[in-house]
Amino acid sequence: MENNVINTPIDPKQIPGWGVDADPKNDPTYPMRYPRMNVGQDPDSKHRPASLQHDDTEKLRSIERPNVSAVYGTTVPPSGLSGMIRRVAFRYSENRYRHWLPLVFADRVNVVEGILDDFAHGKVPNIYAEKGYPVEWKHNRTSLIIKLATVAAVAAGTVVLLSSGGSENKKEKRRPQRPY
Amino acid sequence: MLAMDYRGPKRVRAVQKPMPEIKHPQDAIVRVLRTCICGSDLHLYNGNVPDTRVGTTFGHEFVGEVVEIGSEVTKLKTGDRVLVPFNIACGECHFCRQGMYGNCHESNTEATAVGAIFGYSHTAGGYDGGQAEYARVPYANVGPTIIPEGMDLDDAVLLTDVVPTGYQAAEMAGIQTGDTVVVFGAGPVGIMAARCAWLFGAGRVIIIDKEEYRLDFARNYSYCEAYNFEEIGDPVVFIKKITDWIGADCVIDAVGAEAAGNAMQTITGRKLLLQAGSATAVHWAINSVKKGGVVSIVGVYGPTDNLIPIGNVLNKGLTIRANQASVKRLLPRLIQHVQNGTLNPKGLITHRIPLAEVADGYRMFSAKLDNCIKPVLIP
Repeated sequence: MENNVINTPIDPKQIPGWGVDADPKNDPTYPMRYPRMNVGQDPDSKHRPASLQHDDTEKLRSIERPNVSAVYGTTVPPSGLSGMIRRVAFRYSENRYRHWLPLVFADRVNVVEGILDDFAHGKVPNIYAEKGYPVEWKHNRTSLIIKLATVAAVAAGTVVLLSSGGSENKKEKRRPQRPY
Repeated sequence: MLAMDYRGPKRVRAVQKPMPEIKHPQDAIVRVLRTCICGSDLHLYNGNVPDTRVGTTFGHEFVGEVVEIGSEVTKLKTGDRVLVPFNIACGECHFCRQGMYGNCHESNTEATAVGAIFGYSHTAGGYDGGQAEYARVPYANVGPTIIPEGMDLDDAVLLTDVVPTGYQAAEMAGIQTGDTVVVFGAGPVGIMAARCAWLFGAGRVIIIDKEEYRLDFARNYSYCEAYNFEEIGDPVVFIKKITDWIGADCVIDAVGAEAAGNAMQTITGRKLLLQAGSATAVHWAINSVKKGGVVSIVGVYGPTDNLIPIGNVLNKGLTIRANQASVKRLLPRLIQHVQNGTLNPKGLITHRIPLAEVADGYRMFSAKLDNCIKPVLIP
């Protein structure tokens, strides 16, 4: 309650525009503000725009609708392994985890595909810049150093652990088998 | 053309992409003049929205100049300067004809639970967004609105989402004259919702967040009380205490999936993605509103499930209202508010960043660096 000091009381009527949109009937409000129209009341409930978009872009469709919408986005059609996963996901309705969880998984696969695609096009992704670290370096340097140091420490620890485990395995392999 | 390019969680860059093309007779191509990074873009940026594909261009808040129109576009001509609502709406379907332009049924093939939104994953239609030099704008006879003579582009770009969403949050809260309204989240939408609550006659407006600089900003911009939830103990008890142990009449969730403040929600919702985001704000909203009160949700969550105390909704007799803003429906009134000086959207803008530095813009907004409230990208 200490910061009550800086929360000085104000007379609402002094605030520009106070109450100009007050409407006692606005309770309940939108979307019930307008009389809700059920499908039976709508003489043309399946009305669609006259012109439908046509192009060759592969478009995945929710099975909760019977058709492709009259207009649709065409960016980044499904491709590669992530595209195969997405196509499987769209066999199931939006009501199912087996729709959404594969899509999240496909997104992660797609990130790896993106990096490989960069390399395939002779481009090395500048992950430091893509993550906006230059601006974090400028405004939040300590936090960035701690973050990068933590990542480096975890990575180094993992490498040491794996390499020591590997040499143990090699020693195991070199040890002569006891004859039975 | 130069455009933002999503590469994976917390990785974006600006690259050259092909120019957008007319795909439908009601399309227009717009040369983008201003475009914002929205708080809800951060859900995409963090990789929390399913079917966010590498190579997508984000951006659903933009204004620009019409450079090309399809054969059926009658309400715009090349050279017009337009503000483009964030939702793509046909204006003809069962839902659009009821004013629900945020729930159009003829613009999103991939999902029925959400209308189409520019640059907001394939779950929201698979359209490229406006964080680019040019953008394809479908249904150009319906959504795009000519920017009134004399209106600042910075005001106009905030009328595409932030102002209507904040205003509809207050509208959906069903505020009656003298009501106490609590807003969770002092981001741009929360600040605007708090400001708009006064227009509906609120008697007291309180905003809750954990960023001191945002609370200071909200006190000045929205004329409201502002409290840091890290200093007030249990925010639900605090709200009960300052409302004579009754609870707020209306509570607005203007946070959504990125909410902090509850470790269990943060771990399961944001880190492990076992929920459709962290539901801390809506949880607090349900528990801090009075019996019979209204909870208005404009914070964005994913399409799967969230842990919220639904039993309390029943036992307290609450009304929950939620929707993506119906921008087109609200624009005439909001343009009036801007033109007569009641609302000052551009006062929210704290940073102007070249589109080429989009990665820095996302990091700055996401990490709340340099007291960032609202960044605008300039193509």
